Amino acid sequence: MKPVKPAHERAGRRSGLSRRARWWVLAGVAAVSLGAVGVYGVQALEDHQERTTGTSAAELALSLPEGPHVTFRNTASGEGYGMVASVALADPGGARQVSGQACDRVDVAGEYLSCLRTLRGVPTTFETQVYDSGQELGGSPVATWPLAGIPSRTRVSDDGLVATTAFVTGHSYAADSFSTETTVKGVDGLDGGPDGRDYGNLQDFGITVDGEPLTTIDRNVWGVTFAGGDRFFATVASGGTTWLMEGDLEARTMASVATDAECPSVSPDGNRVAFKVRRDSGGDLVGGSGVHWDVAVLDLASGERTVIELERGIDDQLEWLDEDTLLYGLPREDAGWDADVYSLEVEAGAEPELFIEHAWSPSVVR
Amino acid sequence: MYISLADRPHSGSGPDDAGPGPRPGPRSGSRPGRSVAFRVAPTVVALGMVSLLTDVSSESVAAVLPLYVTGALGLSMVAYGFLEGLHQGVSAVARIAAGYAADRTDRPKAIAVAGYGLSMLTRAGLLVVQGFVGIAVLVGIDRIGKGIRTAPRDAMIQEVSQPEHLARSFGVHRMLDTIGATIGPLLAFVVLLLVPEGYRVVFAVSLAAALVGVAALILFVPNVRFSRTTGTMTHTHTTTPAAPVPAAAESAPVVQARALRPRASRRPRWRTLDGPLKRLLVAAGLLGLLTVGDGFIYLAIMSHGHLDPLWFPLLFVGTNGVFLLLAIPVGRIADRTSRAAVLIGGHLFLAGAYVAAAMGGSWIALGLALVMLGIFYAATDGVLAALAGQLSPQGRTATGIGAAQTVVAVTRLLASTGFGALWVLFGAVPTMVGAAVVLVVVLPLAWWLVVRR
Repeated sequence: MKPVKPAHERAGRRSGLSRRARWWVLAGVAAVSLGAVGVYGVQALEDHQERTTGTSAAELALSLPEGPHVTFRNTASGEGYGMVASVALADPGGARQVSGQACDRVDVAGEYLSCLRTLRGVPTTFETQVYDSGQELGGSPVATWPLAGIPSRTRVSDDGLVATTAFVTGHSYAADSFSTETTVKGVDGLDGGPDGRDYGNLQDFGITVDGEPLTTIDRNVWGVTFAGGDRFFATVASGGTTWLMEGDLEARTMASVATDAECPSVSPDGNRVAFKVRRDSGGDLVGGSGVHWDVAVLDLASGERTVIELERGIDDQLEWLDEDTLLYGLPREDAGWDADVYSLEVEAGAEPELFIEHAWSPSVVR
Repeated sequence: MYISLADRPHSGSGPDDAGPGPRPGPRSGSRPGRSVAFRVAPTVVALGMVSLLTDVSSESVAAVLPLYVTGALGLSMVAYGFLEGLHQGVSAVARIAAGYAADRTDRPKAIAVAGYGLSMLTRAGLLVVQGFVGIAVLVGIDRIGKGIRTAPRDAMIQEVSQPEHLARSFGVHRMLDTIGATIGPLLAFVVLLLVPEGYRVVFAVSLAAALVGVAALILFVPNVRFSRTTGTMTHTHTTTPAAPVPAAAESAPVVQARALRPRASRRPRWRTLDGPLKRLLVAAGLLGLLTVGDGFIYLAIMSHGHLDPLWFPLLFVGTNGVFLLLAIPVGRIADRTSRAAVLIGGHLFLAGAYVAAAMGGSWIALGLALVMLGIFYAATDGVLAALAGQLSPQGRTATGIGAAQTVVAVTRLLASTGFGALWVLFGAVPTMVGAAVVLVVVLPLAWWLVVRR
């Protein structure tokens, strides 16, 4: 659409450039800009193809490792980028078997593998897909449902309960802010009832802080971890405070256990909970630099908290490798699309060690 | 229903007042003050195209930024949410300050170029910056740029448009603006479809659109000067935007014309906001407090659970479609009847949209809600700017428009927060119906403030 020309011709005469010249300048700017975008786009497409095809940066294996293994999202460039992969627990640095499932976040428990993924399209959408995890080539889909926003966390329980956390943009109270949506669903059809179990959005649960109901509007829930049966833990946030909450799915309640705890993860023996804790680096107003998370472990019986201060903060839901060791993913500083999984001993002053290269969202399958 | 506010208080009726292309000419209409044929000013179209390109630029980035932050940078959105509140506040302050500066310096184009240019630079920054802090800062600067450009731009539209067809001229601009806002996100998703994880390609597209937009602004929008003097005789052709003058090459006649104006009258004061403008601000604030974000209305429709949530991100396309189709016709109605009446009456459709959203999750309810929301925007967005500009004292147009838009932005933010509380307490349907009822009850008060004299 072209601006309508004025009826008179005074314009051209009074300024440095004639009307025609101005159109030429504009056309030139447009042509150069679009040309540059085209070149840039083609380059980006080539980069992406390079990253997702060709020889993998990691050593690949053909078959699923025997015995206990770690399943994760493979972020090694080349063939199998973004796919679910597994390595033997005994040899995490060894060859990885890559499945055909593309997932942003993945978790495995019992017979189920929960996978959160992004579906490109107009507009971009997101979904949860659950597979049975007898997967040589990735297992077959058991259930699929839409995810409300950008994949953030997922956990699946032995008996087929799937928890998902998504970042929802544009839904929330102020136009530009965001919220999280955390839901728990059973894998439909396989667990009795014709409708399966659907506990909906955990934000609607009866939430209490030290016995008092929490009814504030800005409450957000994220990072569910199952603790057996109907019991679970999750983070609830409101007004800048976060709480570790213990919940009951059947009763639809959550009650505070401790403050300042995000993305909990219950230890294999169920006695401890690991989570990330925010460290305030001195009121740095310019956002992100003020957000630094360390790791902490809470002994549920004694209430004793062990904080492990990290040089590079984390932003992941921790996974227990065994009773003394945690795993977490860390994006690479030079390439955010790649990440590594680190292990961390549960003791103050412990230093993280590289556990699996080119990996994200680890899940231990014992 | 002829209302005194329908005419610009400080505009003369001499032939030289009518602005650029739109020369007053004979027309069939017999009502006084309605005899000028509508001709959209080239500057309005140029500013509309600039807004279209800029909206393509900003909305395409807005659509993919959350994906980029989490997907490509591996960062948590929790961190991202931190700065949002701060940004909102800074943008509001920038808006009114830029309006004031535009009046004070009488160089609205230069201020607008600064605002559009600032936002354009943030697009370039997105291509370079890696970390989260950088992105957060860029988003903040972009908001400031948006705050800076709005009031001077609308003041220019007001200045170059025929006073008789002010709302319709704003309608032309808002139509083009909304086309850009609709294309932006769709274009971004298409780019991501073509180039997987091509967030930076989206940023490149966004930069290109912004660049062409700023070029169009510099090349095709003249150095509009606000007509300040009270007598109609002192209007010279230099105060009209007939001649697009590149910012760099300011021509002599313009300088002369400025020198002729008495200094004292060029200084905007807070008294600017007195009189009818103050009443408009009060009414706009009052109604703003009852205007919740579109997101809520869409959520209410979705809360009935009958529609696939996958549709959610596309609902804005429906609202925008109605808005852009009706922006000009509704502006025309506002010019012919009363801008104030259309502005206030437009809120009836907002109440209607609330009720439709509460009705249920059927396609009919959805359609009704989207259509009424679109009508609401068509009846209020450009019309508010037209009315605020019209009611501002001479030489304080940008301040007045900026003040009105700031009032609306701030009160709507408050409304959304409070509405969220009621939503949790009472649920979607009662809250929607309640908001509609309160809105209808308050409308006569707003009417009394602005329309009745």
